[in-house]
Amino acid sequence: MSDASVPRAMRQPVSLRLASNLFLLVWLTLAAFPLFWVLAMSFKSPVDAFSSSATDVLFGPRTLSDGNGLSIVDIVLGIAIAWLSVKAATKWLMPMAAGDGTLQKIFSWMVIALGFAILFIIGFFFVAPWIAAPLEALLGSWGQPILGLTTQHYEAVWVENRFYENFRNSMIVTFGVVTVSLTVGTLAGYGLARSGSTFAFWILIIALIFRALPHSVLVAGYMPVFINSAELLRPILGENAPTLYGQPLAVIAVLVSINQPFTIWMLRSFFQNIPVDLDESARVDGCTHFQAFRWVIMPVMWPGVITTGLFSFLLAYNDFLVTSLLLDASNQTMVPAIASYFNRETTTTDQVEAIAAAVSITAPLFLLVMIFQRQIVSGLTAGAVKG
Amino acid sequence: MKFKTFAMFVGPSVFLMLLFIAFPLITVLINSFQVTQPVFTTQEIETCTPGFLTQTCTTEVKTIPVLGDDGSPITTTQWVGLSSYANVLGGDRFTRALADLNMGAILQIDFWKALRFTLTFTLVTLPFVLGLGLAIAVVVNNATKAVKGPVIFISLLPFIITPVIGALSIRWLFYGDGILTVWLELWFDTDLSIAANGWAVEFLMMFYRIWHVAPFAFVIFYAGLQTVNQDTLESAIIDGASRWERLRFVVIPHLMPLIVFITLIHLMDAYRAFEEVIGFSSESQRITLQYLTYDYLRPDDAGNRQISSASASAMLTMIGVVILLAAPLRRTWRDHRG
Repeated sequence: MSDASVPRAMRQPVSLRLASNLFLLVWLTLAAFPLFWVLAMSFKSPVDAFSSSATDVLFGPRTLSDGNGLSIVDIVLGIAIAWLSVKAATKWLMPMAAGDGTLQKIFSWMVIALGFAILFIIGFFFVAPWIAAPLEALLGSWGQPILGLTTQHYEAVWVENRFYENFRNSMIVTFGVVTVSLTVGTLAGYGLARSGSTFAFWILIIALIFRALPHSVLVAGYMPVFINSAELLRPILGENAPTLYGQPLAVIAVLVSINQPFTIWMLRSFFQNIPVDLDESARVDGCTHFQAFRWVIMPVMWPGVITTGLFSFLLAYNDFLVTSLLLDASNQTMVPAIASYFNRETTTTDQVEAIAAAVSITAPLFLLVMIFQRQIVSGLTAGAVKG
Repeated sequence: MKFKTFAMFVGPSVFLMLLFIAFPLITVLINSFQVTQPVFTTQEIETCTPGFLTQTCTTEVKTIPVLGDDGSPITTTQWVGLSSYANVLGGDRFTRALADLNMGAILQIDFWKALRFTLTFTLVTLPFVLGLGLAIAVVVNNATKAVKGPVIFISLLPFIITPVIGALSIRWLFYGDGILTVWLELWFDTDLSIAANGWAVEFLMMFYRIWHVAPFAFVIFYAGLQTVNQDTLESAIIDGASRWERLRFVVIPHLMPLIVFITLIHLMDAYRAFEEVIGFSSESQRITLQYLTYDYLRPDDAGNRQISSASASAMLTMIGVVILLAAPLRRTWRDHRG
């Protein structure tokens, strides 16, 4: 470090800095390589994807000879469009999201996300080929495809194997889980943060024990009840008592409850960071506890709610165990659906399709980390650093 | 806050937890002591075939399920005491193996196999998660400001990814002729078959878990490093402490609460490991306790789920959780009272 303000003893010898940067590089490779490799495999024909030569997997000679490839022009255009859309999103769309009121904000965010997706798809799949075709013809040998790349596995997964149905089910379940668990959780988190009673302490401790429970223990409890629920509920609900097994609503309720212990602990620690003076002054002005919560505390609480919402989303989106046991094949979510792919992996084509499905599931998470990195980090540290 | 207001705020959450966590636990406890089976009757059926002079008649005794009015088999629920537990623990096989002091035979039984693997898995991954997390945090803290954002972004990916998919992405690198297996084969000049070797699969499962959890430890340690008291560090420098001594005697004691926190979370989460078994398809070689319950709950070929065995194995898993949490919980209680 050349910075003169750093004391001499804090300055690091070159060897140490070299070693530390090297270590960082190794870790980053370790962290990203499996994901990057799977991404590369998903775009190749099966022969290339499972080739023993790394360059074949990256450049896909077989895919290329099958007539699926990109030329330099395509690659340059693709990178340019991706870069432009990221720039446009951060410079131009993000400020538009600023609005008064939460609902308005959520709405404008949704419109922006949709608009961004549409622009990106138009740019990538319509404008780019339209510009690329004449350019390639003009450039001659430079316009020859050099990088093998095919989207046929994605088409097979999403169109032929109707993965969009699983996607829709995943969205229903995650949306339900996030909204319900935040509504219930913020109320409880606020109550727990503002009450020092022994009763509140016990609720928190029992919640901690519940958090440690393996989910299969709970599912073992739901299973017999859910399968026979029509008979069990008939005396109460009459003839149209539902069978809870296979119902997305039942799974939402289950996931919300499993997630409650974590949610209330996290929200409680966020609420504790908001000074009590704030509610007290609201109370002096004549608010009830609930009004103080709704009109004074919630407006400053949004960062915490968004962070907790992210973690609820991750739990519901990533869940395998509960959804695979409590939903039947007709309304399965994405993650359990992928298990059926690699169970029947008989041909290499099936395997590459499984890889394409895996990448499809990961892509939204990737975007999520990109947009909400700060919130995720703050959420991870909220529970730990502040006690 | 008055108790009534407190109850209004906490009510919905507590209700959900009672209905979907506490109540199922009671059902599991009860189910583990009883078995629900279809009712069978034995019927003598005489079948006759025309023969010369006299008919040849055979009577055979058949066991058939009794059907109810709506055509579905009638089931009875029987109180069986601890026999489901005995069943899960291995029954006669277990007592015989115990009498012979035959560890190998005990570890053939699913439950003990799962327990052995789960405990090894939990305890072996823990120090690596802590060490790797701390190392990354220290290194990133040292790095120039411009790279910190992208580094945190890439580091978060293994943590945020769907566990099953994370396990799959590592499996695809190794299983069959995965690219890393090919490289290892070239390097050591041998033939490797990772998927067929139980210990190799076990190693990969642990590797996946460390890869998945180290970012979590890293983020928490990194946040902790921001709050290290600079004055203490400077006085340590003046006292002539080397870089390593500063880390050992100033930074690590400061991070101690965080180390305890990560250890607790990791013990809880690794103890209920499950996705690794699915992702690496290791059912035949290595299973975890949670997978054992899952396996009982899945319908078999005839469509029956072994609810009773699942409940028993779930209760046995629970005992482990209680043992795991007893010490830290007792400390929290003492802190709260004191």
